[in-house]
Amino acid sequence: MDQKMDFNAPHSMGTTIIGVTYNGGVVLGADSRTSTGVYVANRASDKITKLTDNVYVCRSGSAADSQVVSDYVTYFLHQHTIQLGQPATVKVAANLVRLLSYNNKNLLETGLIVGGWDKYEGGQIFGVPLGGTIVQQPFAIGGSGSSYLYGFFDQAWKEGMTKDEAEDLVKKAVSLAIARDGASGGVVRTVIINSDGVTRNFYPGDQLPLWHEELEPHNSLLDILGAPEPMNI
Amino acid sequence: MASNSDSVSDTQRTLYPYVTGTSVVALKYKDGILMAADMGGSYGSTLRYKSIDRLRPIGKHSLLGASGEISDFQEILRYLDELILYDNMWDDGNSLGPKEVHNYLTRVMYNRRNKFNPLWNALVLGGVKNGQKYLGMVNMIGINFEDNHVATGLGNHLTRPILRDEWHENLTFEEGVKLLEKCMRVLLYRDRSAVNKIQISKITEEGATLFPPYSLKTYWEFAAFKNPTVGAEGSW
Repeated sequence: MDQKMDFNAPHSMGTTIIGVTYNGGVVLGADSRTSTGVYVANRASDKITKLTDNVYVCRSGSAADSQVVSDYVTYFLHQHTIQLGQPATVKVAANLVRLLSYNNKNLLETGLIVGGWDKYEGGQIFGVPLGGTIVQQPFAIGGSGSSYLYGFFDQAWKEGMTKDEAEDLVKKAVSLAIARDGASGGVVRTVIINSDGVTRNFYPGDQLPLWHEELEPHNSLLDILGAPEPMNI
Repeated sequence: MASNSDSVSDTQRTLYPYVTGTSVVALKYKDGILMAADMGGSYGSTLRYKSIDRLRPIGKHSLLGASGEISDFQEILRYLDELILYDNMWDDGNSLGPKEVHNYLTRVMYNRRNKFNPLWNALVLGGVKNGQKYLGMVNMIGINFEDNHVATGLGNHLTRPILRDEWHENLTFEEGVKLLEKCMRVLLYRDRSAVNKIQISKITEEGATLFPPYSLKTYWEFAAFKNPTVGAEGSW
């Protein structure tokens, strides 16, 4: 009755990914679980990848597909930046992602969220789901864990948040998704991009809120039991 | 970087859609064409996107409404952008009318169908040029026709009967809008991919107008709705 572990199953990032705009920039967030079938191949992956100094992408779906798309886009954007003589815009980065996703839609299985800041339009988030549709949104969610977040964002999202409010929202949301989605887990990583630059943050489980039916973690039962019983002779 | 013209053509076979738009409904009225669609982009059964623009003006004389795969619709818009640009560059005082744009789209859709790599859309193309009103439809297998009123998807089954009954020549703008709203309301009740945020646009000799998105009121105050089993206790 033991579940056969298929170590050769394709690496897939079950994943929860989020991108949120706020008054002055964007906050990107993701979990850190990469699974091969039921086995967690990497429990601390970094799914938020740099495309340029000012544009990052959150990756979900097939790990290989999302990595190769990111690599190509980074390569093209690098050349584009040299030719342009100034930082690439978020829209250009997102459209390059779209081009690859759309023209290879038969081969790829990856949903991406492109987010960044440029001097023309400020902070922007673009969703590029399966199929290669491109859609600019004030916030975007993706990956298997996002199913559990539609209702949450419908209620909790508001326009014009501050940087801290936005990061708190992202942290809370990824953590809620991890609580219910078996394919998401590990730590919460966030990346904040604005005119001042880029800030990476790392939140392990003990720094995240506890949800329904979750308990405070302890090192051992022995700590809970308190002082050991004195010996009886 | 692989692209459509590559020799990976063997992998370019019939696909399946991912992010889809639902029905588009359109009719001819006194001054031109009225078209309506909701702003939803469904991802399977999830109503994932609720602000997708599915009605777009094309050149000076046409309006395009699309249902089906949104990424393919976005690609079609790029093709049409290029078509209109080249037309403008002739700078000869002539401009592509709705009949010509519809024909172009039909050729593109049918050609892709023959290569077993369709653009997964059903398109509505309406417009006015030199006083002549035109309203046509073309879908992913290349079926195309023109009529006084057209609809895509579920709209074909739910709204065309209403239009066949209530459409007549020379509808005023107000009558046309009311009729379209009646159609969109039925779709809202009975199409599970419908989203309550609709856009209506019109095109006349003067040009295209896209009205701001709005939501429709729905009616639930039927006695039978409040007490469905009052006449038959124990049933469901």
